[in-house]
Amino acid sequence: MCLGVPALVTQIKGNEATVRVGNVEYNSSLLLLNNVNTGDYILLHAGFAIEKIDRHEAEETLRLFNEISDLEKE
Amino acid sequence: MKAGDFPFVDEYRDEKSVKKIARQIKDISKKRINLMEVCGGHTMAIHKNGLQDFLPENITLLSGPGCPVCVSSQRFVDHAIAIGRFPEIILTTYGDLIRVPGSVSSLEKEKGKGIEIRIVYSVLEALEIAKANKKKKVVFLGIGFETTAPASAATIIQAEMQKIHNFFLLSAHKVMPPALETLAKEDTQIDGFIAPGHVSAITGYGIYRKLSDVYGKAVVISGFEPLDILQSVLMLVKQIESKLFKVENEYTRVVRPEGNLKAQTLLNRVFTPENAEWRGLGWVPESGLSVSDEFSAFDATRHFLVSLPKQEYPKGCSCGEILTGKKKPSDCKLFSVVCTPINPIGACMVSSEGTCSIFYNYKA
Amino acid sequence: MKKLGQQISIHHGNGGVQTKALIEDLFIHFFENEFLENQSDSAVLPVTGKNIAFTTDSFVVDPIFFPGGNIGSLAICGTLNDLAVSGSNPLYLSVGFIIEEGFKISYLERIVRSMAKEANQAGVKIVTGDTKVVNSGKCDKVFINTSGIGLIEEKHVSISSGIRVKPGDKILLNGPPGEHGMAIMQARGIFNFKSNLKSDCVSLFPLINEILKVSDGISFLRDATRGGVATVVNEIARKCKVGVEIDETCLPVNPDVRVMCEILGFDQLYIANEGKVIVVVDASDAYHVLNSMRKIKTGRTTEIIGEISSDHKGKVVLRTKSGGKRILDELIGDQLPRIC
Repeated sequence: MCLGVPALVTQIKGNEATVRVGNVEYNSSLLLLNNVNTGDYILLHAGFAIEKIDRHEAEETLRLFNEISDLEKE
Repeated sequence: MKAGDFPFVDEYRDEKSVKKIARQIKDISKKRINLMEVCGGHTMAIHKNGLQDFLPENITLLSGPGCPVCVSSQRFVDHAIAIGRFPEIILTTYGDLIRVPGSVSSLEKEKGKGIEIRIVYSVLEALEIAKANKKKKVVFLGIGFETTAPASAATIIQAEMQKIHNFFLLSAHKVMPPALETLAKEDTQIDGFIAPGHVSAITGYGIYRKLSDVYGKAVVISGFEPLDILQSVLMLVKQIESKLFKVENEYTRVVRPEGNLKAQTLLNRVFTPENAEWRGLGWVPESGLSVSDEFSAFDATRHFLVSLPKQEYPKGCSCGEILTGKKKPSDCKLFSVVCTPINPIGACMVSSEGTCSIFYNYKA
Repeated sequence: MKKLGQQISIHHGNGGVQTKALIEDLFIHFFENEFLENQSDSAVLPVTGKNIAFTTDSFVVDPIFFPGGNIGSLAICGTLNDLAVSGSNPLYLSVGFIIEEGFKISYLERIVRSMAKEANQAGVKIVTGDTKVVNSGKCDKVFINTSGIGLIEEKHVSISSGIRVKPGDKILLNGPPGEHGMAIMQARGIFNFKSNLKSDCVSLFPLINEILKVSDGISFLRDATRGGVATVVNEIARKCKVGVEIDETCLPVNPDVRVMCEILGFDQLYIANEGKVIVVVDASDAYHVLNSMRKIKTGRTTEIIGEISSDHKGKVVLRTKSGGKRILDELIGDQLPRIC
């Protein structure tokens, strides 16, 4: 229930999106997700895009980790 | 931190940041606490990265029943085998379910005796197999929790739309909340839960509220990379030390408070809750998903009449207590003596993310 | 070649005229050498009083053609590599074919051409062979067995036994693990992924020959085939009764292999290779060997991936990218894709 991998949407055809992880391509199903656009990152699980990756939140999470390292230096 | 070849993954594996968070945890964690990680993916990530080494000795990590292969009942395997023995059947399944022991045999052993079974990455491949083999009946063995069940739901709807009437689902899909509630209610040893990130991506936060508000447990929804997991432990420790219990989300880049509404709608349309048998835990009310009446034409349990062998459970197997964190694998009499990855007795040893399998393979 | 027709028939295996035609017009035509042309029951080979390495292997890979090679190139390189890692200089090969009735001769020719090419490049002669044809359905297209012999110098005789392996020795790997296994999976078209993955099938003799020339400190060599790198390092730990430490941050990585493993839940260290060698060498010589390997085509991406330890004897410990440690155990059963 857990193995999910971030993948970049490069093309959309109806209910399918061509996604790319590194140089590997896969035709992912979009049956579980609306409003997907090329350039989005989705979470690929068992052949389906199950959620979009929120880049802003991803950066926030990393900033939080960096803050911890700043606290360390003080 | 470099993204490398793998953005949204590599940045969350950085060794320096891991060590920094580990130090923070050590600094603020005073009480002796037990944290349960429920999800097989978390169990795997923790042991694959050796993360338990970074925690102070007053924090114990317990492994819970969130491994879909591990909790697939003996009865389900027997049912799959019984259906697979009909000559016109092609069974399709995710990965290591084929090694799970039924009461007499396993799908892997039956494959050697002539059952046709194919491993797929996506349930939609099973639908394609059905389309390409009109004279056969293709049965997909549906295991997995809320992360994976929507895929089965979507596929059944596709089967109906495309009139693929030789496709069937044998559902062993389960949902987490009843099992979590059982764990929180009965087991006072658990102080907090590392909640499954991808289940939560589908369900949203709401399913955990009872754990914090009624049972006073700390809950943090966690991603699967080393930084995610350690950050989640830090957040849990803060809750527990301050005695302010709530549901927090560490995995904000994927999990939204409301979850994935489209997936939830599909789940509710295609499945109805039923009592389900969890290997090791026994029957948990309303914790299973069976195919609803609207889609009964695709329900393997209604289409194939089979008789199952008498259900007897292996003596001495401690899977139940291990899945609820009451015992460690080394506490089980059968562990590594009789029950090994080559000859698994219980499901905790069968699946590569089962607690006993990981203990056997990864521990010194 | 026109006489052979389009397909292998059961008669090609009956020992008569058609068998003779198949052997002469296809096998001897491409493998040509003075020993094979004799067509005697055994090849009579001149060998002076030295140590002989002798190995055999059978090849049943499916699909028979895949990116980076085919069952024929695999059959030659596989046996050549087994000879090379025992420290020997490969000399002669035998080839046995079991062919399914109906198999296309054009495919067989493609396979035989590959085999001839690999053998010629390695300076090795195919001196004897056998051909059987079985009824349709009794084997899967074609199965190949190759056996080989080579000569080993006295000082290299112990290399495959590992008796010289000692704590402090460094472990080198000539490139990213998992390419062959993942390329085969890709070629089978299962799971519907597209990538540029290619098998790493190659003869390792030039690389190993160079290693043995530049250093007397080589304590062990083994090619990492089925079961992957993890299987070899566990064998070292068990056989030589030492501990092995591998540093995950030092492993060479093929990004496509890595991605496929992340998606399916596999571990690259358990996936098959056909062009990777583990070299165990005295620490004082490690960098010299490393630099020498990197000058050879099949060694350009060599890294020092670990070392032999006196701790945790019989076990392999992996230091992870995050800084933690775990046991890297032997492979049990095939790897299966996970959903979790």
